Amino acid sequence: MADLAEATTAAATPEGVAAGSPAIHTVELSKRFGGTTALAGLSMTVPRGEVFGFLGPNGAGKTTSVKLLLGLIAPTSGEGWLLGQPIGDLKTRRKIGYLPELFRYQSWLSAREVLALHCELAPLERSSWKDEIATALDTVGLTERAGDRVATFSKGMQQRLGLAVALLGEPELVFLDEPTSALDPVGRHDVREVIRGLASRGTAVFLNSHLLSEVEQLCDRVAVVDHGRVIASGTMDQLLSGTTVRVRAGGLEPGDIAKLAPFGHLDVEGDQLTFTDLNIERVPELVNAIVALGARVYEVAPRHQTLEDRFLQLLDEEN
Amino acid sequence: MPSLVIARLTVQEASRRRLLLALVILTLLVVGFSAWGFNKITTVTRSDGTLLPPAQVALITSQLLIVITFMYSGVLALSAAVVAGPLISSEVESGMLLSMLARPMRRSEVVIGKWLGLAVLVGIYAAGSAFFEILAVDWATGYVPPHPIDLVLYVGAEGLALLSLGLLLSTRLAGITGGVIALVAWLIAWIAGVVGDIGASLQNQAVENVGTISHLILPTDGLWRGAVYAMEPDVVLASLRAAGTIGRANPFSAVDPPPVQFLVWVVTWFALMLALSVWSFRTREI
Repeated sequence: MADLAEATTAAATPEGVAAGSPAIHTVELSKRFGGTTALAGLSMTVPRGEVFGFLGPNGAGKTTSVKLLLGLIAPTSGEGWLLGQPIGDLKTRRKIGYLPELFRYQSWLSAREVLALHCELAPLERSSWKDEIATALDTVGLTERAGDRVATFSKGMQQRLGLAVALLGEPELVFLDEPTSALDPVGRHDVREVIRGLASRGTAVFLNSHLLSEVEQLCDRVAVVDHGRVIASGTMDQLLSGTTVRVRAGGLEPGDIAKLAPFGHLDVEGDQLTFTDLNIERVPELVNAIVALGARVYEVAPRHQTLEDRFLQLLDEEN
Repeated sequence: MPSLVIARLTVQEASRRRLLLALVILTLLVVGFSAWGFNKITTVTRSDGTLLPPAQVALITSQLLIVITFMYSGVLALSAAVVAGPLISSEVESGMLLSMLARPMRRSEVVIGKWLGLAVLVGIYAAGSAFFEILAVDWATGYVPPHPIDLVLYVGAEGLALLSLGLLLSTRLAGITGGVIALVAWLIAWIAGVVGDIGASLQNQAVENVGTISHLILPTDGLWRGAVYAMEPDVVLASLRAAGTIGRANPFSAVDPPPVQFLVWVVTWFALMLALSVWSFRTREI
């Protein structure tokens, strides 16, 4: 794991949990399905009120982690706490909202009835249901379809409904597993606003996503998982401290690329070379090296490292 | 209580998906046709042009009612297996249960709630169809089976047994697989009961044990025999008893009511099935 993880694992002791009671705290949480390791030792802490991005390629163990944290599946080893209580604690679930990756709701019920069902299961005071449902529907833009059967909803509308379900009862912690996978750009914008709204009222959000731009816009802190392990974690500033330099150069032979290895991790797309973690002071040296290889440099564009740059770099280093 | 919420949801689903409506319409159609058919028995004349005496009408009616009730029990068993088979597995596969299980709810409450909901449906169907069918038969012929309440309880319990088996299978297997297995098990249990009857008529203990063991593994046929007994008038019972062991070799007849030990076992069997279903679902990865 990268040293950036230090900041998030500082409280990785039960004593830390008791004292600070963060939104999420896990110690070496792991899960095996038969001979397959889905999660290998997840240790992390998510402070209350923060938006936490959980990133990773498909099959990295993101959804398994969410299910473990919610107590939907039992860990093979390790421990975890949500809001200061052991994972799986029924009372704690009253304070938790969850939008699953596989969002599917009773197609024979109306949107309002689905929300009423979850109010009952939550359980919320019956006198508050009407306001809770109206607020949740309004937040996700489904007020006008409240009485319609879920069977008539598009996938995007069902995902909005799932988000509304997760918002019921003003939860202290919300798990959103790929919350925008079925949404159009307007819907994605709306969901970002909802997440910002949650954060502004002090709700911790665990955002499981592979839409890096979304995570970059929203999250205070991120963890990157691959092959069931956290390979880096920290605040966004800690994670994206490097500089990315994009160079457009012509005339480079395939064998020349290897000679640029001393300048760090490199992505090649056509005549475009992207150095994902290069000190800005070394740019003249890099240009000289490329020219020395007999190539022509058309453009040099240093920029602040994006989450995508860092993500690809981390995965490349890992694999 | 979450289990009651799940039970209500299960009944609501059957209603919204028009399963209840379909069963009500089909039942009323069968009741209508059978009322017409039973009425015809009272108008049948013998070779000398006279009507059948009331005792003979009652005898024919009782036997025909047993056959019609077998159809009802078949519909109930089929419906229970088809509905219970995918009850949990389909909701796990589709992800529908995920957001619900993240609420303060135990998996056992989901299983018990689903079972309760289906039990209510089975009870409504068994009681409703029996009430209308008996009413129709009474109107058409004046015959009422000797133990109508027992009849409803035995037929209902048979449906409940199939739904319990279907529910257990649905905690692990795909819906279609669980439903098919439950149906085949019901048919095998019925055939094993017939085999046991043949053993009894031949006084062959080993063959008779096939029926006894099948009644213990899946008590549907044993319960069916209880329903048959509840429909048999004294005159039929007397002739069956007079026939000795030969009178037992018939899946549509019963010489004695189910023994108390069997009924105690049925209650235990339901408890075991429910406990097994809860354990199976609790230990399943979702």
